[in-house]
Amino acid sequence: MRTHQPGASAKLAVRFGVVAFLSVFFAASCGGAPTSATSTPASRFPVSITAPGGATVTIPRRPQRVVSLSPSATEMLFAMGAGPQVVAVDDQSNYPATAPKTQLSGFTPNIEAIAAFTPDLVVAAEDTAGLVHGVQALNVPILIEPAAKNLDDTYVQIKQLGAATGHAADADSLVASMRSQVGSFVASVAKPARQLRVYHELDNTYYSVTSATFIGQVYKLLGLTNIADAAAGAAPDYPQLSPEYIVASNPDLIVLADTKCCQQDLSSVAARPGWRAIVAVKSGQVVPVDDDVASRWGPRIIEFMRAVALHVQQLEKQAA
Amino acid sequence: MLSIKVDAAAVPPAVLAGMPRLRWGWAGAGLLALAASCGVGVLVGPVHIGVGTVVQTLVGGAVDPGQANILWSLRFPRVVLGVLVGGTLAIAGAAYQGVFRNPLADPYLLGAAAGANLGATLAIALAPGTSVLGVNVVPLAAFVGAGAAVSGAYALGRSVTGLRSATGLILAGVAIAAFFNSIQSYVQQTQTSSIRQVYSWILGRLVTAGWDDVLLILPYVLLSVVAIYLHRRLLDALTLGEDEVTSLGIPVRRVRLIVVVAATLGTAAVVAVGGTIAFVGIIVPHTIRLLVGRSYRVVIPLSVLFGAAFLVLADAAARTVVAPAELPIGVITAFLGAPFFIAVMRSTRAAAL
Repeated sequence: MRTHQPGASAKLAVRFGVVAFLSVFFAASCGGAPTSATSTPASRFPVSITAPGGATVTIPRRPQRVVSLSPSATEMLFAMGAGPQVVAVDDQSNYPATAPKTQLSGFTPNIEAIAAFTPDLVVAAEDTAGLVHGVQALNVPILIEPAAKNLDDTYVQIKQLGAATGHAADADSLVASMRSQVGSFVASVAKPARQLRVYHELDNTYYSVTSATFIGQVYKLLGLTNIADAAAGAAPDYPQLSPEYIVASNPDLIVLADTKCCQQDLSSVAARPGWRAIVAVKSGQVVPVDDDVASRWGPRIIEFMRAVALHVQQLEKQAA
Repeated sequence: MLSIKVDAAAVPPAVLAGMPRLRWGWAGAGLLALAASCGVGVLVGPVHIGVGTVVQTLVGGAVDPGQANILWSLRFPRVVLGVLVGGTLAIAGAAYQGVFRNPLADPYLLGAAAGANLGATLAIALAPGTSVLGVNVVPLAAFVGAGAAVSGAYALGRSVTGLRSATGLILAGVAIAAFFNSIQSYVQQTQTSSIRQVYSWILGRLVTAGWDDVLLILPYVLLSVVAIYLHRRLLDALTLGEDEVTSLGIPVRRVRLIVVVAATLGTAAVVAVGGTIAFVGIIVPHTIRLLVGRSYRVVIPLSVLFGAAFLVLADAAARTVVAPAELPIGVITAFLGAPFFIAVMRSTRAAAL
């Protein structure tokens, strides 16, 4: 089954919309660690949920055939134990491995292909290509959970997905566990004696993230100074940085979220012209992370935060 | 490799009698513009580096190693790359316009951009981070893609019209470009995770592997520029019309082939490292036609100088306008170039068109 629709070839028009488009994009490629699910007390259906998208969705019965077109939502659903109710996930939902991955696309959704799974709930991250209209025409409830801007958004989305699938209590305990772990990571890094600078790399053309982004606020919580924040205002939240600015900023920590897309690592970073002078490269504080974990807003953000916190502790020890 | 030696004397002097030669004043102005833009190019950037430091660095004086590192590793190669890419795109555009006698021709007319985009997209999506003999696979794939597209267009055009008319070749180029674009769009749709890199590439960027890229494209750029330069008189002769020129004993088809091959080689090389930067190949030669003269003995050499100067300035803008972030250079070339060109057209009353 082919669900991709070749994109409109009006490339020029696309080019200039690309910056805005991309912002949605990496937020939208998403992930979550499966935690043990407790048995769920039957939630009361029908439930009404007002998603961040604005529309109120009414779900008449406890869904048994969920289709997820959002990798982040997929990770959330499996982490709270709603996995058995999920019958299909989109082609980008590669985590957890047990998720029923299909060729469905969340970027160029095909309503017929979705209908073929006879879903009783569809979850997606954005309403593209008439998705909401098309799914509603099938009389199937659809929940849009857009890219989270911060951890609180993530918590809200997890709780909404919990309510929507009859796992409200599981979702609550997942959120409680995430909150406590975030708290412990923040506590584990002393208020830094000196401002540690971090450079987060999205790909090898030096796209980065400011503190206004979901992933950027993790650095903020850990007390790091994000070198991309200097671009805030003039550039989008996902600015493409000048290499000479990165070198001159001399970050203490480089986080590579382009290990899968672009196969970057410490040696490839050190081989870039002029980058050997950066203190993070000299001291080897170049942290490879899974691209997916760093670009989704699901429960695996905890893993990401743990990895970064560990390096911050190391840097503080070195400084002491 | 085709022989690039064409007897310039083969063009009867009478043919060129009415066409102006390049005056030293304009050549000097071109060199001055290039020097000035390179000066701006090395002085501006998100990191402030003073004139004194730049001069000290160039003469090998003692400067802050951090600033010297930025200048030598990043800024100098970037300016040199801007010179090579801008000069080559402009001369290739002028060459295409001459050989096809079509004012809308640009270096991408026969599908070079579509081929390069497809090659780069395939490399980014399917073979991320790989390199062949120490060279990143993306520029290699772009180079091969551009060459393949133009070769395909040429073969197709020849099989259809026997190259009797340039129109057949242009239409073949349009068809090949559309075909390659559709494959490129499809690959991009199926590999959504690499879409950011692909767009970054398509819009053009001189942020690259520093001196390695300069050395990588230098031989092709030199070959291309020299070959086109040697054909400037023949391009002037071609303006008389194909039949008339043929009757003078000038091998029109061979000239066309050599110039197209040279322009394609240069275009493919610079596109491989800079992406498909728009506009330079059209706007620079036409501005020179309007301001200086239509003769290819004027347009060809001045296109190199002013094309190089224009792109170096555009790149300086690309890395300062939203500093410390960057804009794609393709956005800058059109944004600055289009109003400038309209102003030139209005002020010259388009008499030369």
